[in-house]
Amino acid sequence: MAEKSRNVIEISHLTKQYGEKTAVNDLSLSIRRGEVFGLLGPNGAGKTTTILMLLGLTEPTGGTALIEGMECTRSPLEVKRIVGYLPDNVGFYTDMTGRQNLRFTGRLNGLQGQELEDRIDRLLERVGMTQAADLRTGAYSKGMRQRLGIADVLIKDPEIIIMDEPTLGIDPEGMRELLALIRELSVEDGRTLLISSHQLHQIQQVCDRVGIFVDGSLIASGTLPELEEQIRRDGSYLLELGVHPCDDRLFGMLYQQEGVEHISKEGDTILITSKQDLRGSLTKFLGERGYTIQHLHQRGGDLDEIYRRYFEKAGQSDERNDFGKKKKHGWKHRGAQAR
Amino acid sequence: MTLEKRKSTDGNTEERRRVKGMTGLHALYRKELADHFKSRRFLILLLLIGGTSFASLYGAISGLSDAADSNFLFLGLYTASGNSIPSFMSFIALLGPIIGLALGFDAVNSERAGGTLNRLVAQPIYRDSIIIGKFLAGTAVIAVIIYAMGIALGAVGIVVTGLKPSAEEVLRILIFLTFTVIYVAFWLALSILFSIVCRHAATSALASIAVWIFFAIFMSLVASIVANAVYPMTDEYSMLVNSLNNYTLEQNLNRISPYYLYSEAVSTIMNPSVRSVNIVTVNQLTGAISGYLGLGQSLLLVWPHLTGLAALMLIAFGGSYIGFMRQEVRSN
Repeated sequence: MAEKSRNVIEISHLTKQYGEKTAVNDLSLSIRRGEVFGLLGPNGAGKTTTILMLLGLTEPTGGTALIEGMECTRSPLEVKRIVGYLPDNVGFYTDMTGRQNLRFTGRLNGLQGQELEDRIDRLLERVGMTQAADLRTGAYSKGMRQRLGIADVLIKDPEIIIMDEPTLGIDPEGMRELLALIRELSVEDGRTLLISSHQLHQIQQVCDRVGIFVDGSLIASGTLPELEEQIRRDGSYLLELGVHPCDDRLFGMLYQQEGVEHISKEGDTILITSKQDLRGSLTKFLGERGYTIQHLHQRGGDLDEIYRRYFEKAGQSDERNDFGKKKKHGWKHRGAQAR
Repeated sequence: MTLEKRKSTDGNTEERRRVKGMTGLHALYRKELADHFKSRRFLILLLLIGGTSFASLYGAISGLSDAADSNFLFLGLYTASGNSIPSFMSFIALLGPIIGLALGFDAVNSERAGGTLNRLVAQPIYRDSIIIGKFLAGTAVIAVIIYAMGIALGAVGIVVTGLKPSAEEVLRILIFLTFTVIYVAFWLALSILFSIVCRHAATSALASIAVWIFFAIFMSLVASIVANAVYPMTDEYSMLVNSLNNYTLEQNLNRISPYYLYSEAVSTIMNPSVRSVNIVTVNQLTGAISGYLGLGQSLLLVWPHLTGLAALMLIAFGGSYIGFMRQEVRSN
């Protein structure tokens, strides 16, 4: 086999229109071998459409998507042989057991006999479903279905795994296991993963790089520190501070700090907008004056904040303002709940 | 298995990949067939058809005893009615569609609703093998039910009456059963089409039952209304002028209905004394010697019906094929 290229997935100028509505707008993206890429965006941003185009299940209106150099629309069968897809809300044949469902998928992939049985056993073990393997999937919980779904994807031993909203509706314990499994698939097996989600906290723990996807356009992509840096460059720092005692004198002193632009109060937390990183100097300053710092957090370090900032930027430059605003509101609301 | 391990078995994998197109269809077919045979639905259908078959056999045996004609008596087991119980043939014409509809009405939309369809299409199989597999498996189940019932009926008939079927009678019965399979497969294809068009299984079930009832009951009413409107038969003069055209038009309209087409075809096959399916004038009958038609002649008479039924089935299946291939995969 020829030397494999660094990029496993190459998307260039991919566009999909449903009548008037543009679901995916001129998307260009490369995903490297062995990385975990998080495709982040609110519901209806075009993530699922993009994934369907990658699998050759939907015809793009324009542009191309290549997986391992194969065009997704031209040779969907070859693509689907090396790509495993875990759809959102994965379903199984409810009157068959978990094992039978896996066996069926295996047969569709041309596996049979002892090889198939061995692989099913190994995968059930791996996702921790050996106990429930011979129960009908109709009795499975959402978390169990998700785990069986991962086993189902792994049956064909794919080089690339695409997961659509894998964290949706999973309890915290299940989430932890799921994320650990995703890590394992990437690090130990060396598979490439593309994960679409709107749940930022979970995704930021496992992704090497993320792309932020709004209204069909990719507005930013890169590693988390890169994105953070990008935001910093054209923005300012926002520091959350919780101090005891919290008196008026404190506000006066804080304003005198170098670089402070604005101070506001949100419940017990003081929000300080500044031009530079204040954490070091402020800790020392407050400590010397006998204040106890109860909480100190630089906003922008987590994906949620990055996402919010990018989203605000996108919303401002959005020509279809009405639509953008409505969605933005919806997103913020969800974001607040998540926090 | 890690990717490294996999690469070492790559040669094996290549081999596997080449035959995969057919493997997908085969696996799908097997799964659908197993689903059907294990389902409660299949059991209910079997009981329904079994029950009516033997009721009709009972009626036929009591009806046969006072049959005037002693030729082709064995066929009478399938065609004769007695004790006001309809014959097996008319039972099947009416209830056969139920088999097809029951097997197909949720073929695609239940997969869509259950979230299994997008998992299925993400496998390396041709997309059309999904729909072909479903249709073939359904047709196989239909064939099993129809042939089993038809042959069982004959067997019980032999035991009970002591009649011996002639070779021609056996052939006629087999042709009749084959017609029936095609007829029921048409209804299967139609219900699969509805299961693609309608999002909910209940909607598609209702829609296909509506079509069935329309063809089985209302089509003849519609045909006679249209025929009477086009060729009125209100007074003696118009009756004289229009009656031939009226009857022909009504019959041709009726033949649009697969129910009528099938009934006409099988009653010709199963009854060698039927010499014509169209209206025959006294003039045409002049000099004709009364007698039975040979099997070849009977077949020749209903060949257009057979072609028509097969065409209807293929059109319905073609419609579902195209509908399925063009449909978006996403469920929302």
